[in-house]
Amino acid sequence: MALVDKIGQSLTGAPLVLTNVDALIDWSRGQSLWAMPMGTACCAMELIAASFSKFDFDRLGSFPRPDPRHTDVMIVAGTITRKMAPAVKRLWEQMPEPKYCIAMGNCAVSGGIFYYDTYSVVRGVDEIIPVDVYLSGCPPRPEALQDAVLQLRELIRSRSIAQGREYDRVYTLPLPGGERAGTTDPGRAEAADVLAGRRPKTGGDE
Amino acid sequence: MAIDIESRTSVYDEEGRAVEELVLNVGPSHPSTHGVCRIIAHLDGEVVTKAEPVIGYLHRGIEKMAENRTYLQIVPLTDRLDYVGSMYANWAYCRAVERLAGIGVPERAEYLRVITCELQRVASHMMSIGSTGADTGAFTMFVYAFDVRERVIELFEALTGSRLTYNYVRPGGVAADAPEGWLDDVRRVVGQMPARLTELDRLFFGNTIARGRLKGIGVLDVPTAIAWGASGPVARGSGVGWDLRKSDTYSLYPRFDFDVPVGERGDAYDRARVRLWESVESCRIIEQALDQIEPGHVKAPGLPRLLKPRPGDAYDHIESARGSLGIYLVSDGSPRPYRMKVRSPAFCNLALLPLLAPGHTMSDLVVILGSLDPVFGEVDR
Ligand code: SF4
Repeated sequence: MALVDKIGQSLTGAPLVLTNVDALIDWSRGQSLWAMPMGTACCAMELIAASFSKFDFDRLGSFPRPDPRHTDVMIVAGTITRKMAPAVKRLWEQMPEPKYCIAMGNCAVSGGIFYYDTYSVVRGVDEIIPVDVYLSGCPPRPEALQDAVLQLRELIRSRSIAQGREYDRVYTLPLPGGERAGTTDPGRAEAADVLAGRRPKTGGDE
Repeated sequence: MAIDIESRTSVYDEEGRAVEELVLNVGPSHPSTHGVCRIIAHLDGEVVTKAEPVIGYLHRGIEKMAENRTYLQIVPLTDRLDYVGSMYANWAYCRAVERLAGIGVPERAEYLRVITCELQRVASHMMSIGSTGADTGAFTMFVYAFDVRERVIELFEALTGSRLTYNYVRPGGVAADAPEGWLDDVRRVVGQMPARLTELDRLFFGNTIARGRLKGIGVLDVPTAIAWGASGPVARGSGVGWDLRKSDTYSLYPRFDFDVPVGERGDAYDRARVRLWESVESCRIIEQALDQIEPGHVKAPGLPRLLKPRPGDAYDHIESARGSLGIYLVSDGSPRPYRMKVRSPAFCNLALLPLLAPGHTMSDLVVILGSLDPVFGEVDR
């Protein structure tokens, strides 16, 4: 405690906050998340709108940087096609750890409107890279994106950087016709069955 | 100014050092490529000798998907084609369906379509002009232009509930009548618009740097523009007075008094300026439409829930913010189209890039791409 005493003496009268390095780093990392805008389609328009005058993203400390090596969070806004997937994955790998991903819009979450009947769309960006925050909407409002960033801040604050990050599976590029590899919940499993012809399609207005 | 490439492509420079051609890959993910466009640029020093766009990074198979959807379910898909101006593809598609199934449209619905589409033209052109500003280093311009765009988008949000993908124009009319007071809001916003647009003109187009960066860049001559099927502001910037609203007039456009701005030199400056003055003309059209619109129905009466047009085909086109946007539909009498084909102006205009880029520097390549205003949802479909 000699060091603390010394600091205390040199700062007599000044307010003193004691914390551990870990918590301090985790708190400060969350405050300024530089974003890599991975805008590919319609949602990119809302991503642009979010950083402009009316919504002003910068005031949350989030600043779009086009260079993956400068950024902490990749915002995937838009449809990821099979042709685009290798580029997204490569950019993700260029980002330094610790890194995070926000899947913005239904397309990035699950393929969205392009889930059925198309041959070229990756059904959710979590097939190729790990996603931390899912943001639904087609497109989500800019405020929703800001909320997603705030959620991500909470997430970063609640997880210590000390252990590093572990992923529960190896992320590879999806094979055409393969099973959906990302997060599976019952709804998605059902949709995959319909797609593979194992279950009849319900609904529709016929 | 374009540089004569022939005089530059020597193998050795003045001091006898070997000069090699550099092949540079731009994109597919870069903020200044205006979408997921990849350009393979061959460079001699700083000068582009060849530029080849590689497309398909946003190919979502919308045309194929349409074969599996009923006629009404396709409307949201058309929103996602040209996502900077969703109303146009809605309208072009609905016109094709109406022609195919022989549906008439009530007058109030047509007025609402004209008003929304002209508002959309302003919003879309603001995006284009703004990004031209950002490409040339005038980021302030982007922020100002986006401010105008946001005002239009607020109006759309009040009308359709969505900021970007409206799904508003439907076969036989529009989704819903304008809410109370909406038309007054439009009048108020549009009334302020010309002053704002003139401000943009003074702010940007009168600026020495903007003139220096845009004038003489990517000059497109009239025969090439016509031969390559350029349309919209790209063709009009070169002086081709081709605007479907006048040349093959449709809907209620004969009732309005408006001009079609054309450029003279066909460079990036003229193309951007044509976009600006077109926005002013759009405001004129909207004001006339607001004066003429009368209460009435917004949907054709007696429309079946499930459209089954007779077997046959239909094509219809409208003037979108990017040029003539056409939709071709083939019906086999079932509730789903047999084939849908989109004639995309952005695709035709992007094809001009390899012609315009050689001889310009690398930084001008981005300006030329921006002046063609491609939207990759529509290029790749
Ligand atoms: S979620 Fe909707 S708005 Fe976003 S990219 Fe996909 S289709 Fe476009």
